[in-house]
Amino acid sequence: MEKNEIEVDIKVPNQTRYLSLIGRIGEDIAKELVRFTGDRETLAYHLNLVLTEAMANAIKHATSEDSDNMVHIIINICENELTIKVFDSGQGFDINIIPPPNFEELEDRGRGIFMIKSLMDSVSYRKMCDGNILEMKKKLQ
Amino acid sequence: MNLQTELKNNIVIIYVNEERLDAHNSGELKAEVQKMFEQGQKNMLIDLKDVRFIDSSGLGALVSGFKNAISHQGNLKLSTLQSQVRSMFELTRLHRVFEIFPSTAEAIETF
Repeated sequence: MEKNEIEVDIKVPNQTRYLSLIGRIGEDIAKELVRFTGDRETLAYHLNLVLTEAMANAIKHATSEDSDNMVHIIINICENELTIKVFDSGQGFDINIIPPPNFEELEDRGRGIFMIKSLMDSVSYRKMCDGNILEMKKKLQ
Repeated sequence: MNLQTELKNNIVIIYVNEERLDAHNSGELKAEVQKMFEQGQKNMLIDLKDVRFIDSSGLGALVSGFKNAISHQGNLKLSTLQSQVRSMFELTRLHRVFEIFPSTAEAIETF
Protein backbone atom coordinates (compact mmCIF):
# COMPACT_ATOMS: atom_id res chain seq x y z
CA MET A 1 0.00 0.00 0.00
CA GLU A 2 1.32 3.43 -0.89
CA LYS A 3 2.06 6.10 1.66
CA ASN A 4 -1.01 8.09 2.73
CA GLU A 5 -3.34 5.47 1.32
CA ILE A 6 -6.50 4.46 3.14
CA GLU A 7 -8.34 1.30 2.15
CA VAL A 8 -11.49 0.06 3.85
CA ASP A 9 -12.79 -3.35 2.78
CA ILE A 10 -16.24 -4.18 4.12
CA LYS A 11 -18.71 -7.01 3.76
CA VAL A 12 -22.18 -6.64 5.23
CA PRO A 13 -25.36 -8.72 4.82
CA ASN A 14 -27.38 -7.56 1.81
CA GLN A 15 -30.15 -6.06 3.95
CA THR A 16 -31.28 -2.45 3.96
CA ARG A 17 -30.88 -2.21 7.76
CA TYR A 18 -27.12 -1.97 7.15
CA LEU A 19 -27.39 1.07 4.86
CA SER A 20 -26.91 3.46 7.78
CA LEU A 21 -23.76 1.63 8.91
CA ILE A 22 -22.20 1.88 5.45
CA GLY A 23 -23.26 5.52 5.09
CA ARG A 24 -21.74 6.37 8.46
CA ILE A 25 -18.42 4.82 7.48
CA GLY A 26 -18.40 7.13 4.42
CA GLU A 27 -19.08 10.13 6.66
CA ASP A 28 -16.32 9.16 9.08
CA ILE A 29 -13.81 8.77 6.24
CA ALA A 30 -14.68 12.26 4.94
CA LYS A 31 -13.99 13.67 8.40
CA GLU A 32 -10.59 11.97 8.60
CA LEU A 33 -9.10 13.17 5.29
CA VAL A 34 -6.14 15.20 6.42
CA ARG A 35 -5.39 16.98 3.16
CA PHE A 36 -8.95 17.75 2.07
CA THR A 37 -9.55 21.50 2.14
CA GLY A 38 -13.12 21.67 0.82
CA ASP A 39 -16.46 21.58 2.65
CA ARG A 40 -16.08 18.52 4.84
CA GLU A 41 -19.73 18.33 5.94
CA THR A 42 -20.92 18.34 2.34
CA LEU A 43 -18.36 15.71 1.34
CA ALA A 44 -19.49 13.58 4.30
CA TYR A 45 -23.11 13.79 3.17
CA HIS A 46 -22.18 12.99 -0.42
CA LEU A 47 -20.15 9.90 0.55
CA ASN A 48 -23.00 8.77 2.80
CA LEU A 49 -25.39 9.21 -0.12
CA VAL A 50 -23.39 7.48 -2.86
CA LEU A 51 -22.61 4.53 -0.56
CA THR A 52 -26.26 4.26 0.47
CA GLU A 53 -27.45 4.41 -3.15
CA ALA A 54 -24.83 1.96 -4.40
CA MET A 55 -25.51 -0.55 -1.65
CA ALA A 56 -29.30 -0.29 -2.09
CA ASN A 57 -28.68 -0.89 -5.80
CA ALA A 58 -26.58 -3.99 -5.05
CA ILE A 59 -29.30 -5.34 -2.72
CA LYS A 60 -31.93 -4.74 -5.39
CA HIS A 61 -29.94 -6.60 -8.05
CA ALA A 62 -28.74 -9.51 -5.90
CA THR A 63 -29.95 -12.90 -7.02
CA SER A 64 -31.61 -15.50 -4.80
CA GLU A 65 -28.73 -17.91 -5.37
CA ASP A 66 -26.29 -15.23 -4.20
CA SER A 67 -23.54 -17.31 -2.64
CA ASP A 68 -23.10 -15.60 0.71
CA ASN A 69 -25.83 -12.93 0.70
CA MET A 70 -23.27 -10.26 1.43
CA VAL A 71 -22.54 -6.90 -0.17
CA HIS A 72 -18.85 -6.24 -0.70
CA ILE A 73 -17.60 -2.66 -0.70
CA ILE A 74 -14.06 -1.31 -1.03
CA ILE A 75 -13.30 2.34 -0.33
CA ASN A 76 -9.83 3.55 -1.31
CA ILE A 77 -8.23 6.95 -0.99
CA CYS A 78 -4.88 7.34 -2.67
CA GLU A 79 -3.23 10.71 -3.18
CA ASN A 80 -6.22 12.95 -3.93
CA GLU A 81 -8.48 10.37 -5.47
CA LEU A 82 -11.32 8.53 -3.78
CA THR A 83 -12.51 5.27 -5.34
CA ILE A 84 -15.53 3.28 -4.18
CA LYS A 85 -16.18 -0.20 -5.56
CA VAL A 86 -19.43 -2.02 -4.85
CA PHE A 87 -19.73 -5.64 -5.96
CA ASP A 88 -23.02 -7.39 -6.66
CA SER A 89 -23.84 -10.85 -7.93
CA GLY A 90 -26.98 -9.99 -9.86
CA GLN A 91 -27.66 -10.01 -13.59
CA GLY A 92 -26.48 -6.43 -13.97
CA PHE A 93 -27.63 -3.61 -16.22
CA ASP A 94 -26.18 -1.13 -18.69
CA ILE A 95 -25.57 2.06 -16.74
CA ASN A 96 -25.08 4.04 -19.94
CA ILE A 97 -28.63 3.52 -21.16
CA ILE A 98 -30.29 4.61 -17.91
CA PRO A 99 -31.81 7.97 -18.79
CA PRO A 100 -31.63 10.93 -16.42
CA PRO A 101 -34.90 11.53 -14.55
CA ASN A 102 -37.57 13.34 -16.51
CA PHE A 103 -37.94 16.44 -14.34
CA GLU A 104 -41.31 17.23 -15.89
CA GLU A 105 -42.83 13.92 -14.86
CA LEU A 106 -43.12 12.81 -11.26
CA GLU A 107 -41.81 9.28 -10.90
CA ASP A 108 -41.37 7.55 -7.53
CA ARG A 109 -38.16 5.91 -8.70
CA GLY A 110 -35.18 6.41 -10.99
CA ARG A 111 -33.14 9.10 -9.20
CA GLY A 112 -30.44 6.96 -7.54
CA ILE A 113 -27.99 6.56 -10.42
CA PHE A 114 -28.57 10.20 -11.42
CA MET A 115 -27.64 11.32 -7.90
CA ILE A 116 -24.49 9.17 -7.89
CA LYS A 117 -23.43 10.48 -11.31
CA SER A 118 -24.09 14.06 -10.19
CA LEU A 119 -21.92 13.79 -7.07
CA MET A 120 -19.00 11.70 -8.39
CA ASP A 121 -16.53 12.53 -11.19
CA SER A 122 -16.81 9.16 -12.93
CA VAL A 123 -19.09 6.16 -12.58
CA SER A 124 -18.83 2.81 -14.35
CA TYR A 125 -20.70 -0.47 -14.00
CA ARG A 126 -19.25 -3.55 -15.61
CA LYS A 127 -19.43 -7.32 -15.59
CA MET A 128 -16.88 -9.42 -13.77
CA CYS A 129 -16.45 -13.19 -13.76
CA ASP A 130 -19.06 -13.82 -11.07
CA GLY A 131 -21.05 -10.61 -10.88
CA ASN A 132 -20.76 -6.89 -11.44
CA ILE A 133 -18.82 -3.97 -10.09
CA LEU A 134 -20.01 -0.42 -9.67
CA GLU A 135 -16.96 1.84 -9.55
CA MET A 136 -17.18 5.49 -8.57
CA LYS A 137 -14.31 7.97 -8.50
CA LYS A 138 -13.93 11.48 -7.15
CA LYS A 139 -11.02 13.88 -7.00
CA LEU A 140 -10.60 15.37 -3.56
CA GLN A 141 -9.27 18.92 -3.35
CA MET B 1 -40.12 3.73 11.82
CA ASN B 2 -40.86 6.49 14.30
CA LEU B 3 -43.68 8.64 12.91
CA GLN B 4 -45.70 10.98 15.11
CA THR B 5 -49.04 12.19 13.80
CA GLU B 6 -51.02 15.23 14.92
CA LEU B 7 -54.29 16.72 13.67
CA LYS B 8 -54.40 20.52 13.77
CA ASN B 9 -56.90 22.80 11.98
CA ASN B 10 -57.97 19.79 9.91
CA ILE B 11 -54.40 19.28 8.75
CA VAL B 12 -52.58 16.02 9.38
CA ILE B 13 -49.03 16.75 10.47
CA ILE B 14 -46.62 13.83 10.25
CA TYR B 15 -43.37 14.32 12.16
CA VAL B 16 -40.69 11.97 10.82
CA ASN B 17 -38.72 11.29 14.01
CA GLU B 18 -35.84 9.60 12.23
CA GLU B 19 -32.31 10.69 11.44
CA ARG B 20 -32.44 8.94 8.06
CA LEU B 21 -35.19 8.58 5.46
CA ASP B 22 -33.79 5.92 3.15
CA ALA B 23 -34.44 2.62 1.34
CA HIS B 24 -34.76 0.89 4.70
CA ASN B 25 -37.65 2.89 6.16
CA SER B 26 -39.20 5.08 3.43
CA GLY B 27 -41.71 2.37 2.48
CA GLU B 28 -43.41 2.82 5.87
CA LEU B 29 -43.82 6.57 5.37
CA LYS B 30 -45.17 5.98 1.86
CA ALA B 31 -47.73 3.47 3.19
CA GLU B 32 -48.78 5.74 6.07
CA VAL B 33 -49.36 8.72 3.77
CA GLN B 34 -51.32 6.57 1.32
CA LYS B 35 -53.49 5.22 4.15
CA MET B 36 -54.29 8.74 5.41
CA PHE B 37 -55.43 9.96 2.00
CA GLU B 38 -57.49 6.80 1.44
CA GLN B 39 -59.18 7.42 4.81
CA GLY B 40 -60.34 10.79 3.50
CA GLN B 41 -57.73 13.23 4.81
CA LYS B 42 -57.18 16.10 2.38
CA ASN B 43 -54.43 18.23 3.88
CA MET B 44 -51.11 16.84 4.96
CA LEU B 45 -47.89 18.39 6.20
CA ILE B 46 -44.73 16.33 6.60
CA ASP B 47 -42.24 17.79 9.06
CA LEU B 48 -38.65 16.71 8.37
CA LYS B 49 -36.96 18.57 11.24
CA ASP B 50 -35.21 15.47 12.59
CA VAL B 51 -34.20 14.08 9.19
CA ARG B 52 -30.50 14.66 8.63
CA PHE B 53 -30.18 12.34 5.62
CA ILE B 54 -32.44 11.49 2.67
CA ASP B 55 -31.72 9.23 -0.32
CA SER B 56 -33.54 8.60 -3.61
CA SER B 57 -35.96 6.18 -1.92
CA GLY B 58 -36.87 8.78 0.70
CA LEU B 59 -37.46 11.36 -2.02
CA GLY B 60 -39.48 8.75 -3.94
CA ALA B 61 -41.74 8.13 -0.92
CA LEU B 62 -42.48 11.87 -0.71
CA VAL B 63 -43.16 12.03 -4.46
CA SER B 64 -45.54 9.10 -4.06
CA GLY B 65 -47.33 10.99 -1.28
CA PHE B 66 -47.53 14.11 -3.43
CA LYS B 67 -49.13 12.13 -6.26
CA ASN B 68 -51.54 10.54 -3.78
CA ALA B 69 -52.56 14.00 -2.63
CA ILE B 70 -53.28 15.09 -6.19
CA SER B 71 -55.31 11.99 -6.97
CA HIS B 72 -57.43 12.59 -3.83
CA GLN B 73 -57.82 16.35 -4.55
CA GLY B 74 -55.69 17.06 -1.49
CA ASN B 75 -52.45 18.82 -0.55
CA LEU B 76 -49.12 17.61 0.70
CA LYS B 77 -46.56 20.14 1.88
CA LEU B 78 -43.18 19.90 3.60
CA SER B 79 -41.58 21.86 6.41
CA THR B 80 -38.35 22.31 8.34
CA LEU B 81 -35.80 20.78 5.98
CA GLN B 82 -32.17 20.62 7.12
CA SER B 83 -29.79 22.23 4.64
CA GLN B 84 -28.23 19.02 3.29
CA VAL B 85 -31.67 17.48 2.85
CA ARG B 86 -32.85 20.57 0.99
CA SER B 87 -29.82 20.32 -1.30
CA MET B 88 -31.03 16.85 -2.38
CA PHE B 89 -34.39 18.37 -3.37
CA GLU B 90 -32.49 20.96 -5.39
CA LEU B 91 -30.24 18.35 -7.04
CA THR B 92 -33.29 16.42 -8.22
CA ARG B 93 -35.33 19.61 -8.98
CA LEU B 94 -38.00 18.47 -6.52
CA HIS B 95 -37.85 21.85 -4.74
CA ARG B 96 -39.88 23.10 -7.73
CA VAL B 97 -42.55 20.45 -7.11
CA PHE B 98 -43.13 20.64 -3.36
CA GLU B 99 -44.23 23.62 -1.32
CA ILE B 100 -41.50 23.77 1.33
CA PHE B 101 -41.74 25.97 4.43
CA PRO B 102 -39.12 26.93 7.01
CA SER B 103 -41.40 26.05 9.93
CA THR B 104 -44.47 23.96 10.68
CA ALA B 105 -46.36 27.05 11.93
CA GLU B 106 -45.76 28.92 8.66
CA ALA B 107 -46.81 25.89 6.61
CA ILE B 108 -50.09 25.48 8.54
CA GLU B 109 -51.08 29.07 7.67
CA THR B 110 -51.02 28.25 3.95
CA PHE B 111 -53.60 25.47 3.83
